[in-house]
Amino acid sequence: MFDLLKTPVETFQDFLSLAGRAFRDLFRAPHYWSDVLIQMDIIGVGSLFIVSLIGFFSGVVMALQMSRALAIYGAQGQVGKIVSITLVRELGPVLTAVAVAGRNASGMASELGSMRVTEQIDAMRALGTDPIQKLVKPRLIATAIVLPLLTIIADAIGLIGGYFISSTMMSITTSEYWTTAWRILEYNDLTQGLLKPFLFAIVVALVGCFYGLRTTGGTQGVGRATTKAVVIAFVWVFVITSMLDPLFVNLQ
Amino acid sequence: MNPEHSYASGGVAEGDAPVVAFEDVSLHFDDVPALDHLSFSIKSGETCVVVGEAGSGKTMLLKTAVGLVRPDSGRVYLFAREITKLKESALAEARSRVGILFQEGGLFDSLTIEENVGYPLLNVPGLSRNGGDSSQHIAECVLKSLRFVELEKTLDKFPSELSGGMRRRVGIARAVVTEPELVLYDSPTAGLDPITANRIIHLIIQERDVRNTATIMVTHRYQDGHLMANFRYNPSSGRVEPSDGHHDESHVSTKFLVMRAGKLVFEGSEAELCASADPYVQKFARPGSS
Repeated sequence: MFDLLKTPVETFQDFLSLAGRAFRDLFRAPHYWSDVLIQMDIIGVGSLFIVSLIGFFSGVVMALQMSRALAIYGAQGQVGKIVSITLVRELGPVLTAVAVAGRNASGMASELGSMRVTEQIDAMRALGTDPIQKLVKPRLIATAIVLPLLTIIADAIGLIGGYFISSTMMSITTSEYWTTAWRILEYNDLTQGLLKPFLFAIVVALVGCFYGLRTTGGTQGVGRATTKAVVIAFVWVFVITSMLDPLFVNLQ
Repeated sequence: MNPEHSYASGGVAEGDAPVVAFEDVSLHFDDVPALDHLSFSIKSGETCVVVGEAGSGKTMLLKTAVGLVRPDSGRVYLFAREITKLKESALAEARSRVGILFQEGGLFDSLTIEENVGYPLLNVPGLSRNGGDSSQHIAECVLKSLRFVELEKTLDKFPSELSGGMRRRVGIARAVVTEPELVLYDSPTAGLDPITANRIIHLIIQERDVRNTATIMVTHRYQDGHLMANFRYNPSSGRVEPSDGHHDESHVSTKFLVMRAGKLVFEGSEAELCASADPYVQKFARPGSS
């Protein structure tokens, strides 16, 4: 029984160790700002299309599905509220994080994993560069900046998607949709909608880097590390959102 | 244990102390010994050829020598300073005096050849943040190092654009660009054709003899060790020549280590290697052995 738990506990311990070193290094020189900008471009600009697409279709589907239920009560005019709350509080942060995890946690794991198996990480250490400073820190900072911004974009485009359905299929006026969508939001919702992607970003970046840096076993190992990184990042995204939701519901 | 423990604690100055010394070093991965109570030392200017079958711990020996891997027990000394318990930041100073050619090359895919070879110089104190003069100096050092391996025309290329042999030569250029006192070569000829392999060994001999660097070379090929032990670079002719007869005064001391399952099963000269009765050791004492 204890033997079964040994490996996951050790892995989690190693993850916490990496996270601790990465956070400590945030305040230590050297700072590779050009690498941060490159990563922001790769993660942010690179994910813009898929995140916009996911956001738009979330808004569209939400409006379409809810319109039927709301029509029963003659409350189709409230569709903006539902799209807004659901996107800002839950779907926007989670779906954006899932998209970024699928695209970038896997990218980080495979890039760092390839560097690991071709001894580039060892070479970096031997040549006087700390791989956590050079590789992990820029990815962590870049993801923490970019993921909340991507989430805001996904939320906005999702609302536009909802508006598209509302205006074309439900004959809801522009002002009715946007007024109801905006007025329903409270500071609590906005805080939740921005805090979540920030936490997701930390987890997605650290999980991607963690599995990349501990890759063993050649190119097969890189594949395994990439798969693990994506799966574990997904799990953490859902665990974090499940833990935060009750907290914010109780705060209301 | 005092992390600053010095090999010279017995009153031996750093200059006389071994460049690298292992004292009863053991390292295990999942209870499998990678290094098993290993003890040996390399003096300044000495050449050490490490041979052994795949998985015998040769690469781990090199990585442990520069603190990339920490042993489970025993002590490792680098330039007379114990590095076994040193923090990563404290190891940087000792590592800056060592050049390493990795088995897989270790060249950074995302950097050009010029940036790859210049990378070690970026961490040399006083060079990296002094503006234009330093950049000029780094560029000159990179060019000089690439000229040494005859690849000065590849400055703007990326490692993926070069052949295996060329990448290995760039790796040598990067290993020696800081003019280190100790150079470690991990299987420098693995996977190369005999002509390219000979060229690589000639470069290693030239680097060793021009600057009298201590050298540790891990290899599968007997020929590599044989060349290292019996050939020298003649600066007047600019060629690598047999070190017999009139070249004896500059003959470099070369020792052979044979490893098996993490254990050091032989340590001695080439003549002793060839005379060994141990069948395992004999496998690495014949031309064509691997």
